[in-house]
Amino acid sequence: MSDSLLEVQNLNVSFPGRGGITHAVRNASFELGRERLGIVGESGSGKSTMGRALLGLLPQTAIINAQKMNFSGVDLLNCTEAGWQSLRGRRMSMVMQDPKYSLNPVMTVGHQIGETCKLQLGSNAADAKRRSLAMLEAVKIRNPDRVFDLYPHQLSGGMGQRVMIAMMLVAEPDLLIADEPTSALDVTVQNEVLRILDDLVRDRGMGLIFISHNLTVVSSFCDRILVMYGGKIMEECKASELHNAKHPYTRALIAAAPSLDQLRAELATVKRDPEWLK
Amino acid sequence: MSDVSISLKQWLLSDAPASPRQAFLGNVFRATRTVVKNPSALAGLVIVLLLIVIAIVAPFLDRGISPIAQDLSNRLHVPDAAHWFGTDELGRDIYSRTLYGARVTLTIVALVSVVVAPIGLAVGTMAGYLGGWVDALLMRITDIFLAFPRLVLALAFAAALGPGIENAVIAISLTAWPAYARIARAETVTIARSDFISAVIMQGASTTRILIKHVVPLCLSSVIVRLTLDMAGIILTAAGLGFLGLGAQPPTPEWGAMVSAGREVILDQWWVATIPGIAIFIVSLGFNLLGDGLRDVFDPKSV
Amino acid sequence: MIEVTNLNVIFRNGGSAMHAVRGVSLDVAKGETFGIVGESGSGKSTILRAIAGLVASTSDAMVINGHEAGPKRNRDERRFMQCVFQDPYGSLHPRQTVDATLREPLIIHKIADKDAKIEKALSDVGLSPQHRFRYPHQLSGGQRQRVAIARALILSPPILLLDEPTSALDVSIQAEILNLLARLRKSYSLTSILVSHDLAVVAHLCSRIAVMQFGRLVELINAQDLRTGHVRETYTQELISASKGFTRNKKI
Repeated sequence: MSDSLLEVQNLNVSFPGRGGITHAVRNASFELGRERLGIVGESGSGKSTMGRALLGLLPQTAIINAQKMNFSGVDLLNCTEAGWQSLRGRRMSMVMQDPKYSLNPVMTVGHQIGETCKLQLGSNAADAKRRSLAMLEAVKIRNPDRVFDLYPHQLSGGMGQRVMIAMMLVAEPDLLIADEPTSALDVTVQNEVLRILDDLVRDRGMGLIFISHNLTVVSSFCDRILVMYGGKIMEECKASELHNAKHPYTRALIAAAPSLDQLRAELATVKRDPEWLK
Repeated sequence: MSDVSISLKQWLLSDAPASPRQAFLGNVFRATRTVVKNPSALAGLVIVLLLIVIAIVAPFLDRGISPIAQDLSNRLHVPDAAHWFGTDELGRDIYSRTLYGARVTLTIVALVSVVVAPIGLAVGTMAGYLGGWVDALLMRITDIFLAFPRLVLALAFAAALGPGIENAVIAISLTAWPAYARIARAETVTIARSDFISAVIMQGASTTRILIKHVVPLCLSSVIVRLTLDMAGIILTAAGLGFLGLGAQPPTPEWGAMVSAGREVILDQWWVATIPGIAIFIVSLGFNLLGDGLRDVFDPKSV
Repeated sequence: MIEVTNLNVIFRNGGSAMHAVRGVSLDVAKGETFGIVGESGSGKSTILRAIAGLVASTSDAMVINGHEAGPKRNRDERRFMQCVFQDPYGSLHPRQTVDATLREPLIIHKIADKDAKIEKALSDVGLSPQHRFRYPHQLSGGQRQRVAIARALILSPPILLLDEPTSALDVSIQAEILNLLARLRKSYSLTSILVSHDLAVVAHLCSRIAVMQFGRLVELINAQDLRTGHVRETYTQELISASKGFTRNKKI
């Protein structure tokens, strides 16, 4: 990729704990351009840890090392807290699984998005409001003026996630990391939210890292896919080529999911090979 | 020896226990380990255990001096080799009285726990589980009791029934149980909605069985924590009643009454009020520390 | 085996009322696995809970195993029907060992030979004897769900209700549980109702499927229709196409 946005080489994340060190991410290397990169894996595969490591959001106790971790010219490995603060929100953002816990329950939607504008872009009150309303419209909220004055508990799951996306994108970051952004939503709503993300990524030329456990969603939504298991990247492939995946783990995951297209008498179970983690 | 202790530890921590007893003991072991690893909780545990031990073996520690034996020729004696903590205004040995005072305090603590916890649990779990008018009725009754100031009710009680430890305990319990009913109710409301309760309903368990076998054990931990944390307050209230002359009656060696007796001479004979005061302080602190430690043990996240 | 006519469930909360299930009728034949799909708030789980007798409902008729079943049920009526719930963390009592959880139904129904029954139930769901005295927090999500299934089957009920039994599990664990359910339904000759938001899961296990929306039964289809997309209602079509993944709209 010529205009590489993010470059990660041999990223390792481990957590020291009572029973010894837990290796959450092992030797992960990948590059991201202005594209949609999907990261799939089961729970404990290290996919969320990796997303958080890229944003500098891991707890102090985490041990992070890598040969290289560059975000459009900035060295993330030696980033100070002040450096992170100038990056987060302004240049890279994150959307999390459940909007219920990510929005401040005692602030109106408009106030929260406006606050981000003031903080990140130095907008004045009028400009912040204008931008917030425009952003709410961009995430296809039918009645932005009304939603602007609502509190998070008055929003449905799908609306909440749209507001969350609006808040994360109002500062027009170059990179968005979405950690299971649609897993808490109904399928029909899920696709609407995906469509919004899709349009924004294309129109604004953002890079998107889409973390999910759902192979169907990732393979239909993303351009490229990383399959993770036990903290390691098992396989990297084009999303459209997922059905031709080579790695036994990826193949097993595909075979284990019940499918709407074909009748499977019995689902294949995943046999894990310790060799994969060596 | 060390081999035995290592294999015992392995047996306790086994992730494949072979009997319900082993599983239970393993849980107890893990809980104890959490308490022991926490220095302040351990200090609390030691203090409370010490209180119990002292209360039991007081007759062996009293150096042959009765806590109620008066010796008017030896009034307000300075602490020395004969009277370690000095003597009070009637020449009674304060060391011996403080030892026996542990018994009185422990009696009050035990009686209050025995009365308060079951009433609170019963009212709270029933209100929370049955809901509807039962809930409304029980909770309004709880509110009424909650509205009484503890010390004033205790005073009224002592005035009506006569002063004494039993009446002090009744008065304290009457005003203490509503807090437990509320805790138990709040917990029960959450528990009642969980799937494992639905599962036992579907198995055909009776409401009584569900409450006793499934709901109460889960509420118990927060009630025990609250009770332990409240113990300091209960001991202080009992001491306060004793101080006002409405709790334990003379010549019973009760710490609050002892402080009260030493009040008049506090400037010249400081030990008379100070020694029982320190005892109250240490025991209250011990219960508080233990309560905090228990909260960590019972926290489901720590398991 | 299960026949419900004009089922209604209304939740009252103070002054407001929520009509969660509106006039749903369905019948499930002996040995069949009947599916109910729908999105959140469609009333699919509420139907299951009404049939289970866990929520109050009104209906013209609710006949279970040849008997009229009201909302109040006695111990013997309860025994006919057991349920497996969604959340593997919430469905086991946190302070009871697996053994105590499985023993409880046997005590309630005064069934003899408890130890042998518990051992058999554990081996039926693929757990080994070493899991028997563990507490839920010592088990993985998949193992907990196996315990929940063992608890439901230990009374050998003819009817098993499944409320999103695999939604909280990883794909690979889901596959194991679905295979287990498929095997058990044969060996225990179970009649079951499976509620799920996942069309693929329902299509995998069920022959006939009810599609729910806003408390109403939108359409009754069979698994073949679901696969081929031969469905009448637009909502069902929407649901199917959404489940097949994201489709990028071609912008000009």
